[in-house]
Amino acid sequence: MEGTQERQRADDAERRRWMGILARSNAAAIEARLAEAPALPSHTRLRGPETGLVMVRGRAGGDGAPFNLGEMTVTRCAVRLADGTVGHAYQAGRDARAAELAAALDAALQDPARRPALMASVVEPLAAAQTEAREREARRAAATRVRFLAMETTR
Amino acid sequence: MYVAVKGGETAIANAHAWLDEARRGDPSVPELTTDQVAGQLTLAVDRAMSEGSLYDPGLGALAVKQARGDGIEAAFLLRAYRTTLPRFAASLPVDTGAMAVRRRVSATYKDLPGGQVLGPTFDYTHRLLDFALAAEGYAPARSEEAEPGEDAAFPRVTGLLAGEGLMAPEVASDEEPADVTRTPTTYPATRALRLQRLARGDEGFLLGMAYSTQRGYGNSHPFVGELRQGSVAVSIVPEELGFPIEIGEIEVTECEMVNQFKGSRSEPPQFTRGYGLTFGRLERRAMSMALVDRALRAEELGEDATAPAQNEEFVLNHSDNIEATGFLEHLKLPHYVDFQSELESVRAMRAQVEAERAAAPQAFKEAAE
Repeated sequence: MEGTQERQRADDAERRRWMGILARSNAAAIEARLAEAPALPSHTRLRGPETGLVMVRGRAGGDGAPFNLGEMTVTRCAVRLADGTVGHAYQAGRDARAAELAAALDAALQDPARRPALMASVVEPLAAAQTEAREREARRAAATRVRFLAMETTR
Repeated sequence: MYVAVKGGETAIANAHAWLDEARRGDPSVPELTTDQVAGQLTLAVDRAMSEGSLYDPGLGALAVKQARGDGIEAAFLLRAYRTTLPRFAASLPVDTGAMAVRRRVSATYKDLPGGQVLGPTFDYTHRLLDFALAAEGYAPARSEEAEPGEDAAFPRVTGLLAGEGLMAPEVASDEEPADVTRTPTTYPATRALRLQRLARGDEGFLLGMAYSTQRGYGNSHPFVGELRQGSVAVSIVPEELGFPIEIGEIEVTECEMVNQFKGSRSEPPQFTRGYGLTFGRLERRAMSMALVDRALRAEELGEDATAPAQNEEFVLNHSDNIEATGFLEHLKLPHYVDFQSELESVRAMRAQVEAERAAAPQAFKEAAE
């Protein structure tokens, strides 16, 4: 039983990761990767894609009680594959195509037989591009870090 | 008295057609795209999103374009748009400590873990108009890159003070915060409600209020403990999944102001925080919010609340520029009936005064006899 729960948590963690990566990708980026990937199984729409709001919360002082900062747009979609697997997507913004593709991918990725190829051809390349963009920003920020050289030499 | 207020449809339609043409400007000049607005008038879009209380850079750019660059009109458009959408969820509180930092400065510590990172700032520019930007074929400077190395992490400055016990801790709580979009504000307001109202407040108003505390109305001596700007992940827990997922990232600016606190009967002397958090890259806004937040904590901290910035009803009731502009601009709308009654009333008062004056010499004469 405990083993089952642990496996479930590990599966959830992996699913959370690909959902987070897909949520940061626009339709053009996903479609470009899908062109190189095995075809996705056909799906039917259960809900959406539809755009709504998420109230973004912060914490007082950064680490105190929650407060409502303001809303953001989000587009969600739920799809079902022929075998009954349901895929979900929530994407910041209003890109309906991206939300539907992400939901279809979420459904297909839950199939252990399909997962490795889709991870390798779609999710990991998207993740790599996001990591590269983040690291580039970190390097640009690092170039603007102040070095108090004068203070060091006169100390 | 009945005064007709029907009519004017043609005039209104023609006025709006002219507005549309005027917004486009000279047709021989290429039209501005919303991508250009989002990419090049970023801070105007950030402000519209903050005051419109709706994060969506594409919509923010459209609002700025449609409003001809008028910030309050743009925020108004975003507020109106949000009412057409259902709310799916509230997010988990964003972790600003895990921000992908583009800028981070502290005025309290020179050498701090992570260091002083200037980012793409206006600070230290000479504020001289750059005519090269007005010329055609302008090529921007290229940003440099450096390896972040071991300074890649940015621990909170307030955490350094808290470690020494010199920073008043925030209340650790997961209490459901009040939401001004769902329930009207009642006083005294909770800090959560104050922060929400300040986060969507008018930047000019917040700046003026913050400035008043610096000039002595509310007596504060603040330090920028930390100002950080960058992107944070937003997570929700969809009911159908039951676990948190990230739905994307948003750009935010956070300011922690540090203020000395003399202490009270129950609290030792220490520092207290004023907090500012805003969508986008608006550090003046985040700093102003932090100063006003701290001023509004006067009562909670047992300080005399005598200045305007410490009066929460005054501050919160007048900080919203959509509410304010609605009430102000309604004065332009037909008040013909109201004004007719004012006219009647002024005429009547005047007639009475004139009658009294006419009677007065008589009365004077009678008294003299």
